[in-house]
Amino acid sequence: MAQFFSDVAAIIADYHGYLLKGVGYTMLISLVGTVAGLVIGLLTGVIRTAPESRNGFLRGLHRAVKGIIAAYVEVFRGTPMMVQAMVIYWGYAFASGGATLPLIPSGMFIVSINTGAYMAEIVRGGIISIDRGQTEGALSIGMSHPQTMLHVIIPQVMRNILPSVSNEFVINIKDTSVLNVIGVTELYYFAGIIKRQNFQSFQTYLVVCVIYFILTFTVTRLLRLAEKKLSGSENYVICGSQSDPEAEIRVPQEERHG
Amino acid sequence: MDDFVIELRHLKKKFGENTVLSDINFGVKKGEVVSIIGSSGSGKSTMLRCINLLETPTDGKILFHGTDISSKSFNIRRYRAKVGMVFQSFNLFDNMTALGNCTAGQMKVLGKTRADAEKTALEYLSKVGMEQFINARPRQLSGGQKQRVAIARTLSMGPEVILFDEPTSALDPEMVGEVLNVMRRLAGAGFTMLVVTHEMAFAREVSDRVIFMDAGVIAEQGSPEQIFGAPEQQRTREFLSRYLGS
Repeated sequence: MAQFFSDVAAIIADYHGYLLKGVGYTMLISLVGTVAGLVIGLLTGVIRTAPESRNGFLRGLHRAVKGIIAAYVEVFRGTPMMVQAMVIYWGYAFASGGATLPLIPSGMFIVSINTGAYMAEIVRGGIISIDRGQTEGALSIGMSHPQTMLHVIIPQVMRNILPSVSNEFVINIKDTSVLNVIGVTELYYFAGIIKRQNFQSFQTYLVVCVIYFILTFTVTRLLRLAEKKLSGSENYVICGSQSDPEAEIRVPQEERHG
Repeated sequence: MDDFVIELRHLKKKFGENTVLSDINFGVKKGEVVSIIGSSGSGKSTMLRCINLLETPTDGKILFHGTDISSKSFNIRRYRAKVGMVFQSFNLFDNMTALGNCTAGQMKVLGKTRADAEKTALEYLSKVGMEQFINARPRQLSGGQKQRVAIARTLSMGPEVILFDEPTSALDPEMVGEVLNVMRRLAGAGFTMLVVTHEMAFAREVSDRVIFMDAGVIAEQGSPEQIFGAPEQQRTREFLSRYLGS
């Protein structure tokens, strides 16, 4: 047992440089992937829920783009990210006659488009869940569809989908580990390097396992705090109602006399 | 003949095979207050929603100052800004304060500056008695307060016509009065208004003209005195006796 703890201590002491570098790339790729995925989700969500144009050409174009988005979502949700990484990375090498893509940007790209496919559905669900009256209110004062989305719908969608976005971020922190298949230097990749040097597979992977948990747990807590802040207080009083302590001074003049 | 602000000609609306409006013809003049009454499902709200193009008419024409609003060159957004709509369910923007609700359209659609938009918004929020609540979110407001903010939002756009779609139907009885009071004042101030309502006393008192709709057509129209005092049609009498008789 004492041997086990000294092994673990040695891994941390000897390889903290690798581990920290791995943590850095894992977090960077996950964060970029989640944010870029969210942007993809928002864009596709707005396009998919837009009303059809009266212009025939635009209507046809809109339908074609919606078809492409649907295909994209199905393909990227329906295949493993590890395989997607291989196909994209080696597909580029095949097409370019041997040249390979830079690794970290490749990793970011793969996580982004994979997350985007999930976010597309999350955002679409979020937009559909907003009461139709919000859109009608915006249209009735002359807002365009993009304005309605930007100023009225998306802010409400963001608040509603934040739990799902946090969830995607946590999933990405864990799933970037599959990028080691193309050689991206994230945390799991360094675990392999350390293991090959110290021949202590169990101790090494246990340390990495704990690090992954610390990362996901911290991120979950932080995002929970952000959610609370965004959704505001659970308790509120109706202005001017009997439960409003300031009601007396707030009641408009004419009502008091009326 | 073309002094109508809004005129409907042979307006038809079908939802699938279901004909909701068949051949609606009427016009609204500047400053006129027209109430539209009728049973649920008679097509009143659908007609109002067609006027604001929230529903696309199946057939017929809607003219705004004599211009067909379905023509390709017609600017629908500018038109909607000039034809305000007050909804049964308020439809205030839940992510904005009362003030934000009244400035968003002015800034995004009319291109006004924030200072300019806020000045106008404050003016109308005061007119509806909501000046103390400008920073409240919709969920902090009662139904009557929400509807007054919604009216201020519409007024802030400087509309030529205001459409009211059963503005008091979703309200608790004790809040109906505050909204009707605001509408009464607007009518008195010369606004052109089209009001779908179940408030017969209000329709009788405020309207210049009352339209009774039944089964997708205008069954009868005339002055409030005529419609409520001496309706010509049997179905108008039946409808009114159901409302006023009990």
